[in-house]
Amino acid sequence: MTEPMTGIATTQVTKAYPGSERPAVDDVSLHIADGEFMTFLGPSGSGKTTMLSMIAGFTPLSAGSITVDGREISRLKPHRRDLGVVFQQYALFPHLSVARNVAFGLTQRKRPKAEIDRRVGEVLEMVGLSGVRERFPRQLSGGQQQRVALARAVAYEPRALLLDEPLAALDKRLRDQLQREIAHMHRELGMTFLFVTHDQQEALTLSDRIAVFNEGRIEQLGTPAELYERPGTLFVAQFLGESNALRLRPGEVTIVRPERVTLHTGTESVAAGQQRRSATVTDVVYVGDHSRIWLRYADGARGCAVLGAGTTHEHRPGSEVVVAWHPEHEAVVPDAEGNPK
Amino acid sequence: MGERTLGWGLRLWVTLVGLLLVAPTLIVIPMSFGAGSTFRFPPEHWSLHWYAEFFTSKQWLASLANSLQVGLLAAALATVLGTAAAFGIDRARFRARGVLRQLLMAPMILPGIVVAVAIYGVFLRWQLNGTMLGFVLAHTVLGVPFVITSVQTSLAHYDPTMEKAAACLGAGRFSTLRRIVLPLIAPGCVSGFVFAFATSFDEVVIALFLQTPDIKTLPVKMYESIVLEIDPTIAAASSLIVVLTTVLLLVPQFLRRRSHHD
Repeated sequence: MTEPMTGIATTQVTKAYPGSERPAVDDVSLHIADGEFMTFLGPSGSGKTTMLSMIAGFTPLSAGSITVDGREISRLKPHRRDLGVVFQQYALFPHLSVARNVAFGLTQRKRPKAEIDRRVGEVLEMVGLSGVRERFPRQLSGGQQQRVALARAVAYEPRALLLDEPLAALDKRLRDQLQREIAHMHRELGMTFLFVTHDQQEALTLSDRIAVFNEGRIEQLGTPAELYERPGTLFVAQFLGESNALRLRPGEVTIVRPERVTLHTGTESVAAGQQRRSATVTDVVYVGDHSRIWLRYADGARGCAVLGAGTTHEHRPGSEVVVAWHPEHEAVVPDAEGNPK
Repeated sequence: MGERTLGWGLRLWVTLVGLLLVAPTLIVIPMSFGAGSTFRFPPEHWSLHWYAEFFTSKQWLASLANSLQVGLLAAALATVLGTAAAFGIDRARFRARGVLRQLLMAPMILPGIVVAVAIYGVFLRWQLNGTMLGFVLAHTVLGVPFVITSVQTSLAHYDPTMEKAAACLGAGRFSTLRRIVLPLIAPGCVSGFVFAFATSFDEVVIALFLQTPDIKTLPVKMYESIVLEIDPTIAAASSLIVVLTTVLLLVPQFLRRRSHHD
């Protein structure tokens, strides 16, 4: 690295625990731009949380370096890194009021009292909790507690906000709502957000870019659309959304997303130049705004097609269909042993 | 807890057992207000004579002062050591953890006389017999298990992620300890302190071994007064101890209730 980079940069970061056969994080280099919303996505044990933990300073690195705005931080104690962290289980201080929880980072930085008061008011208003300043964490709902935790982590304007599966403890409705609020906070603050999740929907909805982790390495790094439309590996294709994975040629797998295929009862209606494969319908699921048709191909591979709400169709479990798609909508990835799901 | 009620038979039984356990202790209180020069229950005439005797006797007051001093110092020392030990056992991930915990709890389980003889032997060599330091150290050993137990209870409800959160917010180790950890485990520390003090305050076996004519604790003085001279002042002393320890042991109860309610 010749010149200082803004944002967070990791260079060949590795974490190996003694006694385990492969490193938890294996030679990961990436750059999170200033103000970017980056998500680490992966199944449990993929190294995404370890990576966040090393950036936050809770886990020492085995090798490599981490810089924030060009400043090497990998040897600094967590309290000297000037990062905000939000945890899955909120980790609010139960003996302090909401206002004092939010003020904690500012008091540690010995800011003047008037500034602390003003700032606490600002961030609580941003998360819509101005009315609960003097309450205690146990008097709040889970969603409110996580909002307080968010306010606490950005109150002192840290260099970046790290979020460690912050929505995993909440129920579906709250999760969707907080997702929108986090996206709103990111736009409003212009701060670098690093979000860790195993939920692909969350990752696709929120992120500027996603790093898909698998077995301690970054499997693919890109925008949500790139990852979804142009998966680079079978793992990414299968971890992100549903797909029709077809082994048309030896050594490679052709991936077609369910929205990109059309179903036909015969070959007559298939436009020229389109790829086609015959399959059997195994299940039809009506989801309101769309229907999901589950398929089994002749070679046993399972697949899926999505039909919009307005589409009328007569597909029933057991009916034979021709699946067609345009070649430009397929992504070809190397075949790999094993299935991540 | 409110849903569980006891049947009549069980209630009667509980009351009986309770009475049986407490009655002998309670009899001493009316006895201490007697006017005669021997123990009598119930007393024929009432007076505060024996309390006057207690509070004007240099020997009794000196032993009370000794007991208070030993108790407070030993409890303070046990609280510091026991809290640190509880933390160590809770956090550390080494194999001998269980063994270490058992070792620290040993003074609670070993017969008092065994501990007393062992301490006596060691203190003879170290010339600590009959010194305030000796009393304090011996009673600290007895108090540590109580502190460990009560602090461990506090730690069980405590989420270590909070320390990470504090660190990210800019708090160093000391600041985290002072502003987050200690306030949260304070109830455990206070209970531990109270139990350690109460243990020291009525400990008699080790104190008997360590005593000299110059330093005697209250229980030792009481023991002597009943062996050497039958003096009803002891009834007044006993009543004082009963009341003091009862009040003390209610403190943790009160703390627990408060932390559950507000």
